[in-house]
Order: sequence, then C-alpha cells, then structure tokens
Amino acid sequence: MNLAYYPGCALHGSSNDYEQSLRACLATLDVQLKEIDDWICCGATAAHSLNQKLAVALPARNLALAENQGFREMLAPCPMCSMQLLKARKALAQDEALRRSVSEIVELEVRGELQVLNLIQLFELIGLDALKAAVKAPLASLRAACYYGCLLTRPASVVEFDDAEQPRSMEKIVEALGGKTVDWNYRTECCGAGMTMASEQTVLELSHKILSNAAAHGANCLVVACPMCHVNLDMKQANIERHYGVRHAMPIYYLSDVVGLALGFKPEALGVNRHFVCSADAAARGVGTSDAGVKASAPTKAAGPKACATGKA
Amino acid sequence: MRAQSIWQCVSCQTCATRCPKSVDCAGVMDALRQLSVERGVATPEQQRIVLFQKAFLRNIRRNGRLNELELIEEFKLSTFLHDRSISFLLKDATLAPKLMKRKKFHLVGEKAHDRAVLARIFARCMDNSRL
Repeated sequence: MNLAYYPGCALHGSSNDYEQSLRACLATLDVQLKEIDDWICCGATAAHSLNQKLAVALPARNLALAENQGFREMLAPCPMCSMQLLKARKALAQDEALRRSVSEIVELEVRGELQVLNLIQLFELIGLDALKAAVKAPLASLRAACYYGCLLTRPASVVEFDDAEQPRSMEKIVEALGGKTVDWNYRTECCGAGMTMASEQTVLELSHKILSNAAAHGANCLVVACPMCHVNLDMKQANIERHYGVRHAMPIYYLSDVVGLALGFKPEALGVNRHFVCSADAAARGVGTSDAGVKASAPTKAAGPKACATGKA
Repeated sequence: MRAQSIWQCVSCQTCATRCPKSVDCAGVMDALRQLSVERGVATPEQQRIVLFQKAFLRNIRRNGRLNELELIEEFKLSTFLHDRSISFLLKDATLAPKLMKRKKFHLVGEKAHDRAVLARIFARCMDNSRL
C-alpha cells in the first residue's frame, strides 16, 4: 500500500519516538509512506484560536500539496493535524466560493478530495486479521487503558470516526494483538492538549485524573494515538506526581509501540526507551513480567534515574 | 469577552459533540477568542495563553514548521516582558537536557523550503492585524 504521509510538526520534533515506532510497524506491514513534499504546519490550536482564515488556509495548502503530488489517501498520525485537515476539507466541500478563494490564498488549487486517515484507521485498513497473522510476540501481560482523548473522535461530524462517546477501535487492535484492555471512565476526556507550556496547571489536573482512573480500573499502561496526549501523560507525569504527591509510574505507549512489540520489535527499535516513564516503572506495573512473548531480555540497570536505557514492555 | 473561560477552554470539542441543538460551542469559543484578541481585551491572567498562541503563529510564519526550541524561547521572553516573573521564565529550563538525552530535541529545527509563500498566506489571512 502506498500512502501520502503528513508527519506534522510534533512527529518531526519532540514526538519523534512516535514516528520511529509507526515507521517500523508500517514497513513490516508492507505500507510505504511517501512524505508529502514541502508540507507546512496545520496551524493547530494557535490558528483556530486567533485567526479563522489561517485555520482553513494552512491545512488546505497541505491538502493541495498532497493532491497535486498525485495522492488520494494520506496518513496524518497526529489527531490535531488530521482533525484540522478534515475540518478544512469539509468547509471547502460545503462552500465552492470558499474553496476558490482559499485556493487563491494558498496559491494552489485545493480540490478537497483527499482521504485523511488517522493511525487507527490505517491499522483497520491493513485489517485485524492481517495484524493477528503478523503477531510474533502476543501482548499477554498487557492490561491496557486505551485512551482516545479529544480529537480522534471529535467533533464527530468532522472526523466521522468510531463512536464519540464509547469508541472501541483501539481496544479491538490491542485485543487482536493478544493484549487485554480495561473498561474505564476517562477514555475520551481531555489531557490538557496544547496547554502544556502556557497553562501547566490545566494539564496537571486533567492528566492526573486520567492516570488515576486508569490505575483504579486495573490498567498497567495507557495506549495513546496522539503526540500531545503522550507529552502530557508521559513527559509531564513526574510533575503530576510531584504536584499531587502520588506515584503513578504508568507507562504510556503509542498505539504503534504496542503493535510493534507484538510484531516482535525490541523496545529500542520503536523508541520506547526514549519515553520518560521508563522500563523499571513498566516492570513494576507487571508489564512484560508474565510468560508472554513480549518478555524482553532481563532488565539491566538504567544509567541514571529515569534513564530509559532498557525498554521493556 | 473578559471571561476566563474563553482562554481556559482546551478545545476538547465535548460541548459541541453533546449539544442537543447541534450548536458548535467550541467554534463559538474560537470566535470569542479571536474577537477578544482583536479588541485587545484579554485580561492579564489570560495573557500567557494569548502570548503562547501568538508566538506559535509567528514561528509558523517564519519557518513553515514549528521549531519547538524557538517557540519556547520566544514564549518565555514575551511572557517575561509582560509579567516579569523570573520563576516562570526559568520553570522549564531543566526540561531541555532531559529531552536532549532522549534525542527529542533539535537545536536546528526543520523549515519548509517555500517560506515566501507562507508570508503571503499569512498576509492575506491576517489583513491588517498583527501577531
């Protein structure tokens, strides 16, 4: 399968571990990604908060670039990007005058016919049976709290994906890989999104509730498909623990991490060792300690506190 | 227009999804934010978030793609000039080496090749308003 690829800024920045794991998985699953030439930022929260025209024009230019480069389908693994792309596409499809004026603004004809896929949809397209057939190390020790956050399923009229209140698509993938999933309450609550820098308190409060609820329902890890969710739940986890005086020690995996582990990749090959919440924490939660195939080599002592030198999942 | 909630809103889209009358409440929040900035009525408590969003867009206009290091520097500096808080200025300084150790940090960020077109797109969208 050949697919246009829109990495977005996060996957080429501090969430490059997400790109590492999804590239590893997709190469094995015979999906060729072609990064669209000269893509630009989708504008994210800043654009839709400050300027409505930019919030349409920036994603529209990317749609046009991919279309002009001959693609009909594009993977956008960041839900912020994919939502913005879909929202622009919808706005242009409903208003021919807007489509023409935006085409002039971005100096490219935007047809708005490109299909935009999130990572879960791509795995669905590959097929659960094909995934199952490729499993080399079933995730038997995983008790995953699948966390969707906001923009994978909302706004429903824009993304038209799964059920906005009770999504199940990620659970189905994890279960196909031999993992267990838990029922919990915060699957579609917000983690604080892009407020990481500007309003840390918002992130600490919302993400603390998510981590606490997942643990209370017996999860030994969270599975996410969003770089911002990963930043808030993984990178900020130490701050959350300090702020609330608790110990979460909850490993946060990208969906492509757990797929990759099931496909037999070592954690290092997926960038799992570069997460903030590290292998020792994962082991403490019982991840990878059963007799399952995911069992990696014996944990070696990490180089320093929180140095995730040996990922184990 | 001066309500805290406009800038506290994280755009999670829950309200718009659950509204029984299909009102795009999150879109209303966007409109209120845009008006609030245009009219310059955002309160001091809200300014950090406004400054962050503005620094983000300036960064995109300049580079085409987000340069996280530049964004943090610019956001911290503009916030410091605004509220003179040294503790906020230094708050995330320890994050840089941690990100660097994990190879999640790029001293030289990526740039789009055609940056001239970005300047033109921004000029057409923003009319006379400044960032």
